[in-house]
Amino acid sequence: MASYRNYVLVCGGTGCESSKSAEIYANLLAGVESAGLADEVQVIKTGCFGFCEKGPVVKVLPDESFYVEVKPEDAAEIVAEHLVKGREVKRLLYNKEESQKNAKIDDIEFYQKQVRIVLRNCGFIDPENINEYIARDGYAALEKALFELKPDEVIDELKKSGLRGRGGAGFPTWKKWSFTKSVASGQKYVVCNADEGDPGAYMDRSTLEGDPHSVLEAMTIAGRTIGANQGYIYIRAEYPLAIQRLEIAIQQAKELGLLGQNILDSGFDFDIELRLGAGAFVCGEETALLASIEGARGMPKPRPPFPAVKGLWGKPTVINNVETYANIPVIILKGGDWFGRIGTAASKGTKVFALTGKINNSGLIEVPMGTTLREIIFDIGGGIIGGKKFKAAQSGGPSGGVIPEEFLDTPIDYENLAKIGSIMGSGGLIVMDEDDCMVDVAKFYLEFTVDESCGKCSPCRIGGRQILELLDSITKGRASLHDLEKIKKIGKAMQRASLCALGGTAANPVLSTLKYFEAEYLEHVKDKKCRSGKCKDLFAFSILTDKCIGCGLCARKCPVNAITGEKGKPHTIKDGLCTKCGECFRACRFKAVVKK
Amino acid sequence: MFTKADEEIKISAELREFIDRWRDKPGNLIMILHKVQEEYRYIPREMALFLSRELNVALAKIYGVITFYHFFKLKKPGKYNIQVCIGTACYLKGGGDILQELENLLGIGIGGVTADGLFSIEGVRCVGCCGLAPVAVCAGEVFGKLKKEQLPDIIAKYKEKA
Ligand SMILES: Cc1cc2nc3c(=O)[nH]c(=O)nc-3n(C[C@H](O)[C@H](O)[C@H](O)COP(=O)(O)O)c2cc1C
Ligand code: FES
Repeated sequence: MASYRNYVLVCGGTGCESSKSAEIYANLLAGVESAGLADEVQVIKTGCFGFCEKGPVVKVLPDESFYVEVKPEDAAEIVAEHLVKGREVKRLLYNKEESQKNAKIDDIEFYQKQVRIVLRNCGFIDPENINEYIARDGYAALEKALFELKPDEVIDELKKSGLRGRGGAGFPTWKKWSFTKSVASGQKYVVCNADEGDPGAYMDRSTLEGDPHSVLEAMTIAGRTIGANQGYIYIRAEYPLAIQRLEIAIQQAKELGLLGQNILDSGFDFDIELRLGAGAFVCGEETALLASIEGARGMPKPRPPFPAVKGLWGKPTVINNVETYANIPVIILKGGDWFGRIGTAASKGTKVFALTGKINNSGLIEVPMGTTLREIIFDIGGGIIGGKKFKAAQSGGPSGGVIPEEFLDTPIDYENLAKIGSIMGSGGLIVMDEDDCMVDVAKFYLEFTVDESCGKCSPCRIGGRQILELLDSITKGRASLHDLEKIKKIGKAMQRASLCALGGTAANPVLSTLKYFEAEYLEHVKDKKCRSGKCKDLFAFSILTDKCIGCGLCARKCPVNAITGEKGKPHTIKDGLCTKCGECFRACRFKAVVKK
Repeated sequence: MFTKADEEIKISAELREFIDRWRDKPGNLIMILHKVQEEYRYIPREMALFLSRELNVALAKIYGVITFYHFFKLKKPGKYNIQVCIGTACYLKGGGDILQELENLLGIGIGGVTADGLFSIEGVRCVGCCGLAPVAVCAGEVFGKLKKEQLPDIIAKYKEKA
């Protein structure tokens, strides 16, 4: 590749793209062109940088300038000042107050504790250009797997690495590959699970958008190892950008002989096709996913037989998650021992999390296993929005549980999270503060799983609905203590008797909130009170006569005219009319409106 | 069983070519339904009937698949379909309020279409911009860190476009 004086990297992840990064890219490109710098400056559209909160993000290398919240009109200034005159555009730098220190990428707390293996290329290369992937050791692992290592040696490296599945369950990857390899069959398949159904998580999406070749390379290695010639990537239709980049990547890999017939003249053939999901959470479950690829309703099947023995169209199939695959080329190149040195005793390597909710720096992060929640939330995430109090974080989405404050210092790995009553899950990490009601959150997740239950087995179909109705009556102040016991009983039955893990884990959010926030449930049930004010049936707004000065702001804000009063005199709220929207509460400057 | 209207539905050359390309591939039904929805924005009954004949698959199986997956629509959405995210990140940051306000403003619920056929509302689970929560997408344009107060302007903007 030609070398340039400056590289301008524009984030082209979905988050930034939605805030006009495509326009920024076009403007920068045109600006560089018209300034006559096209030979000296290269403008590249990359995958997600992870710092979504401050997007769109533009980086200039080698200066390491990190521009945030860039607008399309800022492109001209970046070209004229930075690229032509070599002066940073201070007002766009992250951390403006400290811009004397010129916040470089490495100085930003958000990146300091991160270790990037899966996201090694995200934000550094143009995902639509295979040469940039190759320039960063791309496809070298495939070459090694084809010409230097025997299939058993590939499995050995995986075994040494200790890599476990990143789709949620954490099953050792080498075992899966080894099982599938040992089954005698003329036809086998390699499948990538890119269904990413957890609402509020986008790790796999960003990996595919930012570094699609890493997954293609790993799937090809899997094919070679287990003896399969066909791979499928099952990806959500809701991810159009990732689909498009995968299509481009497959095309380019084929053109260079890295995919298709006789790969690199090794005599090995491997092809990859995409199959689109259609918005069913249960299709993330592996047997349901295979049914969906086969074109049917995505209903899970009892296991065994496991897909390793009887998978797609009845043939032995390896199925792994996107992030699992993205780790593999690095493991093959640097060796399993190297990977095994990162992380904790039983959980090796790193984990990518989508950090969202009431957190200052929402975004995509990758940390070594064993990092504590406190480091993630307070050092990387910058703490809770508005300086509020941390209440809990939920990992594992609708299948996971809450992690309360007392476990902030627990090193995060598969075992520890399971002990707490949550799961690692695929990497969604949602932070909740004092304003969030734990009963309401549990109800939210149950609504989701009830909606997504495929209905095949009754513990999930009926149990989920029952728990949801009980939760609903708690939030409405109609429940009794006996109902809390009922929830636990049904929850345990679902865990034990459901056909697949959707039902088996659906009760986790409610059981874990009950365990750690029982007091909040009891308040709802006994005192008919919701301390965070989320459950609208359990509180009323009223105006304190000694604080109200009668400015009338609340009355003007009220959408249903429920507030009356004379100017200069305390106002009152009519109970029957009030819809509890909270407009008056937020509008009052004298703290005269209160929740009771 | 087939009415005249069924026979008359227009099928573009592109769609026909797509169906031909996928005809013999196992597991083709979902991929073909995606293509149909891309073209019509929903799955018209006539198309389901057409596919049933064309692929030799029982109509019941086709509807079994369509109704199983949330992505497939049986009703034509408005000209501008507004997707409000009700994924976890957006929910915690007030996605529910956005949805309620939008329903009030347009006078329709989730799945509804306004009388003039301009707008429809859809609740979606995460559009992958959780860092920008709460999020809504109108006709492909993403609105992040959305506030209720912005909704009337967004609606007005699209009304003008129409
Ligand atoms: C309800 C349900 C949803 C799931 N969703 C996903 C998903 O979105 N992505 C994923 O990779 N695995 C998901 N899984 C886990 C898969 O069944 C499977 O364990 C995984 O794809 C195996 O890959 P791994 O070993 O690389 O983790 C889900 C499981 C269940 C029960
Ligand atoms: S939860 Fe709304 S975009 Fe992810």
